[in-house]
Amino acid sequence: MANHADVLTVAGARKKFGDVVALEAVTLSLQEGELLALLGPNGAGKTTLIRAISGRVRLDAGEIRLFGRPLSGRRTPPDLGIVPQELAVYPLLTARENLAAFARLQGLAAREIAERVRWALAVTALEDRADEPVKGFSGGMKRRLNIACGVIHRPKVVLLDEPTVGVDPQSRERIYDMLGGLTRDGVSLLLTTHHLEEAEARCSRTVIIDHGRVIASGTLPELVDQTVGRYRLVTLCVSGALAEAPPGVEIDGENPRTLRAKLSNVARDLPALLTAVSAQGREVEDVDVRGPSLQAVFIHLTGRELRE
Amino acid sequence: MIGTLLRISWTNLKRDRVAQALTFLLPVLFFSIFASVFGRQGGNGTSRIRIAVVDEDHSGLSRRIADGLAAETALRVRSTVDPGGQGAALDRAAAERLVRSGEVPVAIILPKGLGLAAAAFGGDAGAPRIQLLADVSDPIAPKMVYGLLQKVSMTAAPDILMQGGVRQFERYAGALTPEQRAAVNGWLPRLKPGPGSDSRTTAVSSQGPMGIGVDTVDIMRQGKSESLVSFYAAGVGVMFLLFSVTGASGSLLDEMDSGTLDRVLSTRVGMGGLLAGKWLFLTLMGLAQLTVMFLWGRIAFGLDLFHHVPGFFVMTAFTAGAAAGFGLMLATLARTRAQLSGISTIVILTMSSLGGSMFPRFLMSETMQKVGLLTFNAWALDGYLKVFWRDAALWQLWPQLVALFGLASAFLGLARTFARRWETA
Repeated sequence: MANHADVLTVAGARKKFGDVVALEAVTLSLQEGELLALLGPNGAGKTTLIRAISGRVRLDAGEIRLFGRPLSGRRTPPDLGIVPQELAVYPLLTARENLAAFARLQGLAAREIAERVRWALAVTALEDRADEPVKGFSGGMKRRLNIACGVIHRPKVVLLDEPTVGVDPQSRERIYDMLGGLTRDGVSLLLTTHHLEEAEARCSRTVIIDHGRVIASGTLPELVDQTVGRYRLVTLCVSGALAEAPPGVEIDGENPRTLRAKLSNVARDLPALLTAVSAQGREVEDVDVRGPSLQAVFIHLTGRELRE
Repeated sequence: MIGTLLRISWTNLKRDRVAQALTFLLPVLFFSIFASVFGRQGGNGTSRIRIAVVDEDHSGLSRRIADGLAAETALRVRSTVDPGGQGAALDRAAAERLVRSGEVPVAIILPKGLGLAAAAFGGDAGAPRIQLLADVSDPIAPKMVYGLLQKVSMTAAPDILMQGGVRQFERYAGALTPEQRAAVNGWLPRLKPGPGSDSRTTAVSSQGPMGIGVDTVDIMRQGKSESLVSFYAAGVGVMFLLFSVTGASGSLLDEMDSGTLDRVLSTRVGMGGLLAGKWLFLTLMGLAQLTVMFLWGRIAFGLDLFHHVPGFFVMTAFTAGAAAGFGLMLATLARTRAQLSGISTIVILTMSSLGGSMFPRFLMSETMQKVGLLTFNAWALDGYLKVFWRDAALWQLWPQLVALFGLASAFLGLARTFARRWETA
């Protein structure tokens, strides 16, 4: 059953292109004001799912509901905003003209258009370049404009397909500031990304999809519990190679001075590890302690095999 | 190193079907089309020139000339108001109307007194002369008919011309002697074409008009110095209109690649609205393009544009609208820009050559003229020809306008159908 705060639900979505299964019984939900990350290797079905929600792909089975209403037909409802992976703006038009054009196409009134264009130029930090053709913009500027064009009509739910691909850290920060502003206003965002550290840091929940199926979903702690467990990865750099690896410790094959161990309780187990190293006449030169990451969860779930 | 580059180029060509078609198929296709148009396929499809003949003289000579023209295999003669050969004989006004309307390129008027003048061997400066009413938009037919008329007038009535010549001789040199007259009388029956004689087998005279004068009258451009500029403005204009609207329609493919198409489709516009907007823009662009072309024709070549503004505007609006539909149909059919470029080059050049943009249709064989009617260009050019050459009223353009409207509707319907693939997979 859908949660009362769910604004978008996908239930049992299934889609085949010829013999290729793109989506298989995909079920997920997006809650109000949430930033939900949709992760998956290349070809996992993320873009197909985004296109199905936006009406560009007709499902073979399953149902998609927006605010409780089933989505059907080719028309995208006005509550839904789309930010495609491609830079879907007119390069010969200026930033202001692009924003105004998409606002008009979305049916906004003239007075509202002026106000929304001002807002969009401010949040994208493009006010100084507002009247220049977009073709001369940097990748980050185009990305910000691309997002602004997708939300110019105040949609309540926005689908973003790789909104930060190919941009520098500064632009990425600005983009996430924009997205944070939207969620604070109650807008719900579903985004796909390959930047796992971003998803980990910025998104409230994560859905991982592979081979067209949802293979895990939840907050990062939930995903960690479901998969790799809450260990800490401890890496030691020692003064010389050990004669024998202490119990539970792995010696790096290429650099025998590097030792790794997974400790479930650092406070209890780390002193014992340091003592074991000293007992072999070596000094500990550096210690690195890391918690379980989304990257570890992702690799655990989807494997290391290349996907093309 | 060069071998590697050669291999890369060869592999690219081998895997690019559009490039293969442009390299190998297009030249063969055009060779075939032009061989059909100019080579006339071994003569089987040779066009017979349609002419109207008006006999105002009703003399023995005029009847023999009319019969001689009718016997010519290169001509299709019409001498009655009814095209089937029934009813009243054509008069000068009716024949002129036939030329103006384009039903025949040439009308021959055999004026009253022609027989008498010929019998007098054209002695008087004011003797009636045969009139050849012509539409010189066809630069070949009037000259060909002129030559055949000379041949027929010589071969149809050599005895009458001989008698006239003898009378002229006697007028200036004195009467023939009895021996000479007996010799002439002996020859005259042998000169008279008998029932079995066939003018087709008679050698063409090299002696000139022999007393029958012929005037060629361009009834379409009487008093005007204008040339065929309007025809070529329309021909070239329509061909480039097709190229430019097809290129501009390719923006749909660019927008598909950039994701802008998806974004536009996610707005309230939808595919129907998007195509309607594109069609309207392309139509206006085409209208502007043809207007610039004809205005330049007016400025640089003296094209009589300002006396044909309503006809020009109506024809240009319908032509641009149909061309816009054609461009959108090709753009929605193609998968990539390269494919659109290849397909449009082949289709537009084929249509333009068959439809008369490169070579006037009236100079093609009858078969090729009929084939040409399957093309967009033929209907558009026929309409412009009616406006600028035949001074046709707007209502007389209805066949061309109906055809262009039908083509535009069909093109847009197909474009809408092809575009469904972009809406939902």
